[in-house]
Amino acid sequence: MSSAATPAAGHDPHELDGVPEGILAHHYSSLAAQNEAVRLGMWLFLATEILLFAGLFAGYAIYRFQFPEAFAEASRHLDLSLGTLNTFVLITSSFTVAMAIHFARTDRKNLAVACLIFTIACALGFLGIKSIEYMHKFQEGALPGPYYAFKEVTAPGAPMYFTIYFLTTGLHAVHVIIGMSVLIVLTFKTANGRFSSKYYTGLELGGLYWHLVDLVWIFLFPLLYLI
Amino acid sequence: MLQSIDGSPQTLAAPAEYTPYLKDGTTVMSWLNTRDHKRVGVMFLVLVTLGFFLGGIFALAIRIKLLQPGPFLYDAMTYNRLFTLHGIVMIFFFMIPAIPSGFGNFVLPLMIGARDVAFPRLNLASMYVYLLGASLALWGMIHGGVDTGWTFYTPYSSTTTTNAFPVILGLFIIGFSSIMTGLNFIVTVHTLRAPGMTWMRMPLFVWAVYGTSIIQVLATPVLGLALCVVGVENTLHFGLFDPTRGGDPLLFQHLFWFYSHPAVYIMVLPAMGVMSEVICAFSRKNAFGYNMIAYSSLGIAFVGFFAWGHHMFVTGQSSVNAGIFGVISMLVGVFTAIKVFNWVGTLYRGSISFNTPFLYACGFLYFVVFGGMTGIALATVSLDVHWHDTYFVIAHFHFVMVGAVIMGFLAGLHYWFPKMFGRTYHDGWGLVAGSLIILGFNATFIPQFLLGNAGMPRRYYEYPDQFQALNVASTAGATLLAFGLLIILVYLVVALVSGKRCEQNPWGSKGFEWMTQSPPSTHNFDVIPTITTGPHDYRTHTHSAAFGVHHV
Amino acid sequence: MNEFFRKLLFLPEQASSFAADVDHLHYFVMMTTVIMAAAVGLCALLFFAIYRRKSEAQTTPHIEPTLMIEAAFVSVPLILFLLWFAVGFRQFVEQDNPPADAIDVYVMAKKWMWKFNYPDGPNAVNVLRVPAGKPVRLLMTSQDVIHSFFVPEFRVKKDVNPGRYTQTWFTATIPGKYQILCSQYCGAGHSIMRGEVIVMPPAEYEAWLANLKRGIPNTQDGTPTPIENVAANTSLVEQGKRIAVEQGCVKCHTVNGERHIGPSWLDMYGRHEKMKTGEMITVDEGYMTESIMDPAAKIVDGFDNVMPSFQNKLAGPEIAALVEYMKSLQSDTVRNTPSEAPLYAPVH
Repeated sequence: MSSAATPAAGHDPHELDGVPEGILAHHYSSLAAQNEAVRLGMWLFLATEILLFAGLFAGYAIYRFQFPEAFAEASRHLDLSLGTLNTFVLITSSFTVAMAIHFARTDRKNLAVACLIFTIACALGFLGIKSIEYMHKFQEGALPGPYYAFKEVTAPGAPMYFTIYFLTTGLHAVHVIIGMSVLIVLTFKTANGRFSSKYYTGLELGGLYWHLVDLVWIFLFPLLYLI
Repeated sequence: MLQSIDGSPQTLAAPAEYTPYLKDGTTVMSWLNTRDHKRVGVMFLVLVTLGFFLGGIFALAIRIKLLQPGPFLYDAMTYNRLFTLHGIVMIFFFMIPAIPSGFGNFVLPLMIGARDVAFPRLNLASMYVYLLGASLALWGMIHGGVDTGWTFYTPYSSTTTTNAFPVILGLFIIGFSSIMTGLNFIVTVHTLRAPGMTWMRMPLFVWAVYGTSIIQVLATPVLGLALCVVGVENTLHFGLFDPTRGGDPLLFQHLFWFYSHPAVYIMVLPAMGVMSEVICAFSRKNAFGYNMIAYSSLGIAFVGFFAWGHHMFVTGQSSVNAGIFGVISMLVGVFTAIKVFNWVGTLYRGSISFNTPFLYACGFLYFVVFGGMTGIALATVSLDVHWHDTYFVIAHFHFVMVGAVIMGFLAGLHYWFPKMFGRTYHDGWGLVAGSLIILGFNATFIPQFLLGNAGMPRRYYEYPDQFQALNVASTAGATLLAFGLLIILVYLVVALVSGKRCEQNPWGSKGFEWMTQSPPSTHNFDVIPTITTGPHDYRTHTHSAAFGVHHV
Repeated sequence: MNEFFRKLLFLPEQASSFAADVDHLHYFVMMTTVIMAAAVGLCALLFFAIYRRKSEAQTTPHIEPTLMIEAAFVSVPLILFLLWFAVGFRQFVEQDNPPADAIDVYVMAKKWMWKFNYPDGPNAVNVLRVPAGKPVRLLMTSQDVIHSFFVPEFRVKKDVNPGRYTQTWFTATIPGKYQILCSQYCGAGHSIMRGEVIVMPPAEYEAWLANLKRGIPNTQDGTPTPIENVAANTSLVEQGKRIAVEQGCVKCHTVNGERHIGPSWLDMYGRHEKMKTGEMITVDEGYMTESIMDPAAKIVDGFDNVMPSFQNKLAGPEIAALVEYMKSLQSDTVRNTPSEAPLYAPVH
């Protein structure tokens, strides 16, 4: 077991300067040990999220192999500019959330809050652009399975493309909403001074989750829009 | 006087009186809002026991109908719902969470010298998530039920008009409970071990639960996705698995079994962990081949992920597929064989006391070999062609799931009962009930192996007349089995209420969890011990009489 | 020996060419399983008897396995399991590869029945007739959900999936009747979705097949029912042509104008014919139908009363198809003369 940072003699390890009360749980020997634990926990959780999406990626691969023409043709009818804009928006938001953590770590609370708010705005922007895309699909009739009425792509298997499209982007959008809610909570906490150079783990974990949401999109975008 | 892990008395002054966790807050809210892993564990045990009896009622309803080959008691669609719900309740409400979330929660932190699990609030949340998912699924069962079989094969599950959606959603939610528990245990084992407890000094139960947790974390999300998509299919009919829309029904089977095969190791690995503890404790002997047993837990967890195709040998896949999955399934069997040989080796030159937990350990050894080897037999591809989807498969998985896992669960229950509640039960009744269960179980399921050989398929409401005799025999066995289980319920409840109070370590076990009070205080240890020896070390004697801490 | 184990393990009779081999592997695997399970359980009890706890103060030695023992624990089960796999997988590959000379039968499964189609002729519902001793390949698909074709006596099973074909094959060895059981859950009728394989000695099978092609229908299984006879997407004229061949009409009625036992069908529709009774009729749908059902009622002059009745042998749709076919046989020549009598002089 690693030797955790030992507090000075006579100090209760549960009374750390600059760290808000109640952060350190009683069953951890030190804050460093607790931070290590919560980071490991978060990475494990991210692994579960990756496996959740893995099944859908497998489905995409299988049906793409089965209907290559339909998938290629349908993909060309997606709105590439909106998709690219969304990618840009998400990557920017990942950058701003990383900046927020940096500012919190260097005790610049107001800049941290500003970055977080910008991140949330990007998330909202992503969802907004996605809704526009979805509305286009509804109007064109490019819908899954039995609801398919998209006259421009008639190759066999085209409805399957849109089934996969809606399932993957839908599940991703759910995760964007979850991530956004987490970031909203973290914004309030940052504004209330919870995070500082002494302790910023909660913000770090929220940022990690947001990076995962971004990462899933980085994989989705080329598979759905580019190839 | 407290003893530290290596048996030497501690010199720290410790209060002879203390507040056991059961008495630390006696309001309902103190239980519902607890952070104490022990209380969460006890609440889980209550919930999974309720689930077990519900699933058992469904089982008896099925077996009674099967006394007659033709229509009897109720109609075919009711029967179809009953076997579906039996499977769902038993697997998701009991088998998956019982030992990890029940005993694992209670005992694992004690075993590694920690005061709690890594994330106590997440632990409590996992219980509420379990309750939410179970309630939703139960609501669906009451309002129409579902008839697809717990395997939800498409396209039948996409087109059934029974009330599948709430059940599917309920199971999706319950999956999160499993993920939370697994995540919690992995982090606990990595970060909260007491000073001096290296990986190779961990008790074997911890190794088993650690392997289980890896499977829970990595496999359950894939089930979540599979259920999610089936739910969408059943309600919105997108056609992902509909061949008329270019979908592939077999894709569902791959997604489903990718979870559900590792899931059976979620069920059996913790039981194996209990076995290691019980065999060592009741033969007062070190584990023969500790390293092998520890690594084989990881081996089962890892290799088990790649064997799922053996559920699909007759689906029309290529024989190359069959070959690969068959070989990998054989490898998993080798890990189990290693454990069995090592457990028997542990008994050699031990100092064995035949108490109820030990009876269950003997039963477990028999059942895990029989059940496990019939699993290997099924993986011998050509034999599976005859046996697939017949009662042979049912008998195989009941041997390992009920036979082995229930033996593990009951062994753990009887071993740790004094630890959890500070009372003892009547060991004689324990032996009687255990014997009835072992006998009743054999009487129920050996006829089912023969039924499968004779060609009776699964999920048959009506069956050809020639299968009746074996069905009647099986139902008779099931009645005996049920009777044995009910006896346990009775004497354990009596013991809870008025059983004799026991000392700290009534079994004289060297398990680390016995080095603190029975029942423990809320914070487990007054002082976190420093570990200096390996587990299950019986070269020195443990004076159970020297443990003199009685609770108030 | 084989029979002893087969009965002990409740296995059904071995009625296909690979059943015996599969069963031999089965005996080996199951006997080893039962023996090992009993041995382990008994060993535990034996060790209890020998190493019973003598006193509370008893301690035990710390024993670790040697490298040899560890190697044995790993290699013995590994070799045994891989040996079983090698034998079993070989058998599976054989079961997966039908011989080139197999008779093909198309199987269509739907809730909750089996339909069997032979490429060159009859089809049947729920009954599959096969010759003994010849390999039969089944090409199977489902119309709705996943089913599974299982014949215990043959040790044969294969899932039947919608949207794709699966294949399996067997060589039935013992004539008799064997149950087909659906073994993939498919709803309310899953447990009653049964069928029958009738294995016939080769000579009998050939006779049955020839019988069916001759057009003399059997009254029991194997008969093409009126509904089976007509494929939904062929025209009535084509169906009629098929029926005319199958029922043997063309043995007596030519379609090219040549004289033969019965009037030629070419240009028959709309013709004015003189009956034996002297009555003149116009050949229309009514007359054609009546002639099929009750040929003796109105016989064309110059022909004999030798046509058999097809009453109860042909259903309405089939007669309609025949009539349409006959109507379609028109040549460009305009012919007003009555049918010429056959070339032979009837024996008085």
